[in-house]
Amino acid sequence: MNPGKTARNQSRTAILNRLREGRGDQAMTVPASDFAVVRDRNWTPAERLDRFEARISSVNGEVHRVAREQWIDTLYALMKAKGLENLLVSEDVEHGRELRRLWPWEAPALLGYEQPIEHWKPAMFNNVAAALTGCLGAIAETGSLMLWPTPQEPRLMSLVPPVHFVLLAADCVYDTFHQAMAEQQWAQQGMPTNALLISGPSKTADIEQTLAYGVHGPRELVVLILE
Amino acid sequence: MSTDTAHSDVQQFHPRVRSALENPQIRSNFRSAMDGLMGKRQAAFEDWELETLRDLGAAVRLRALSRLPELLVQLETNCQLQGIRVHWAETGDQACEIIRDICKARDARRVIKGKSMVSEEMELNHFLEAEGIEALESDLGEYIVQLAEETPSHIIMPAIHKNTDEISDLMHEKTGTERSRDVGYLTASARQQLRDKFMQADVGISGVNFAVAETGTLCLVENEGNGRLTTTVPPCHIAVTGIEKVVEHLEDVAPLLALLTRSATGQHITTYFNMISGPRKADEKDGPEEVHLVLVDSGRSSIYQDQELLDTLRCIRCGACMNHCPVYARVGGHAYGTTYPGPIGKILMPHLLGLENTRDLPSASTLCGACGEVCPVRIPIPKLLQRLRKESVDGDRLRPSVVPGHGVKRTLKEQASWNGYRWLASDPGRYRLAGWMMTRFRALTPRNVGPWTRYRTAPRPAAKTLHQLMAARRREEQS
Ligand code: SF4
Repeated sequence: MNPGKTARNQSRTAILNRLREGRGDQAMTVPASDFAVVRDRNWTPAERLDRFEARISSVNGEVHRVAREQWIDTLYALMKAKGLENLLVSEDVEHGRELRRLWPWEAPALLGYEQPIEHWKPAMFNNVAAALTGCLGAIAETGSLMLWPTPQEPRLMSLVPPVHFVLLAADCVYDTFHQAMAEQQWAQQGMPTNALLISGPSKTADIEQTLAYGVHGPRELVVLILE
Repeated sequence: MSTDTAHSDVQQFHPRVRSALENPQIRSNFRSAMDGLMGKRQAAFEDWELETLRDLGAAVRLRALSRLPELLVQLETNCQLQGIRVHWAETGDQACEIIRDICKARDARRVIKGKSMVSEEMELNHFLEAEGIEALESDLGEYIVQLAEETPSHIIMPAIHKNTDEISDLMHEKTGTERSRDVGYLTASARQQLRDKFMQADVGISGVNFAVAETGTLCLVENEGNGRLTTTVPPCHIAVTGIEKVVEHLEDVAPLLALLTRSATGQHITTYFNMISGPRKADEKDGPEEVHLVLVDSGRSSIYQDQELLDTLRCIRCGACMNHCPVYARVGGHAYGTTYPGPIGKILMPHLLGLENTRDLPSASTLCGACGEVCPVRIPIPKLLQRLRKESVDGDRLRPSVVPGHGVKRTLKEQASWNGYRWLASDPGRYRLAGWMMTRFRALTPRNVGPWTRYRTAPRPAAKTLHQLMAARRREEQS
């Protein structure tokens, strides 16, 4: 074992010993944690959707409610209106296959995340205009989308392209973050490499508290709620 | 942190306060920012049972601290199971060395950084640069501060001391962008400058807001997306955090997140809440292939030795205490000369740097109590300030002190006067005699009693003692 390693194991032991000794035999009294205040909302499905839409809109998120069979037309119209040249969308998820099947147009072009990022970093950073992903659901209270990136829909899809479209099923909206993680049993099933709450486009207020959107991540976040 | 400059800086507290107070630009930059932040926080908690939520926040943090060693081990085990390598550092210097070694092993020359106050605390950027490794800040505020070769003046908004014109001039000088008052333009320029840096970086270094023991998850709170880029694009991610940031369960994160973003900037939530539980898996197409977690002690385990001071470790670094502090709002963050300014800095820095280097901090407070009232995890900051004042004169000798540099302000003169007072006050005869003498010789009391009389008149004993007055009143009533 190299000397650096040994020194660091010593650090571990020293820190843990100090903490154990520090506490001595006096057990700290800890009040019970009652999570009701971050849990019980009992909103109706309609209230939930309205709440989600109001919250995410207030931070510049764009929301469209569309009928399930209409979403591809809506997406196309939005891309046209925004002048977006291409769309990064997975080939191996249900909505990706559906989109490819039903996308009659030449442009905007549909791109796939075929290679590991190392093979196309500059193209991802410079040439992709927009990306479309699904999500695990949304949180009404804070206007947040829950994403667990997968091998099919990797992490950078929701981060690097300037516009991010998200499909959200209307019946997947939870009242609160606490409720969502409890009902989906996040802690029990174990966490993925990366999990995210996304609440609006990237923003900053670091220059004299003035809000500016699209600082490092997407400048636009567009949610299509499928009803 | 161990450099002499940092120490002498801290000791220049009074001159820096004076020059900050004389600078109308700084005062107005801070005043308007703090007023805005206080208003936003209040609005964000409008529909909440705030006191109940604060109770829960405090309970969650206390529970984590009560099991701190066990939770750290659990965190380590779960992280390792998922492929995250865990390192322990007793000091900031040791943490810097660990990070340097990880960089060297990968032959890394370019590091991109997300916001991390712990890395500020250990002066990581300087350390890496001295080793020939470029460390570039990517949070817009940190980027500005780095361009200006300064340190953050606020833990949430590092560049809050500068206004748009100052930032525009700075960016023009250092990066050649056009001068502009358009914040959108300045932001877009910074985005452009940093994009290439993200692509080229060999290592990304971030902080951690909460580390979940139960699932081995590192949580990061941010708005810009630079934290996500830092932790996703480079092939290696190093997360560095103080050992106190651990929480027990994943659900514990819910109340802390609700409290943190609303207390800090009045947002219901930040744009991104990023939960990382491992490096890239074999079938994944992006994410770092290596993830490291560096757990830094740096004085925290000695704070842990004291049941009262331990409350300092509950802090979730929201910055609300500084936003509401009348002293901070007037002197600004740089006057403190410490990594963490404001009320939290006053109760934390003495442990990290020793009271001998921070002797002015615990007394730079009016004890108005605003910090304690807004703290989302109910840290009794005013009480801890009083405790540290006692520590600095060794006033509380009932228990052995764990505060480095305790007793630094204890002087023979002050000690002798208190001993004298005790001798006089513990015997009725002596006390009466002393009282009588004071009324007799009241004209002789000094007009100048140190700092006290700089802004106030000197106290002067009354012409009659309380005993005399009461006796006179009784006589009047009887007659
Ligand atoms: S002491 Fe309390 S108010 Fe201050 S930064 Fe920490 S958590 Fe926030």
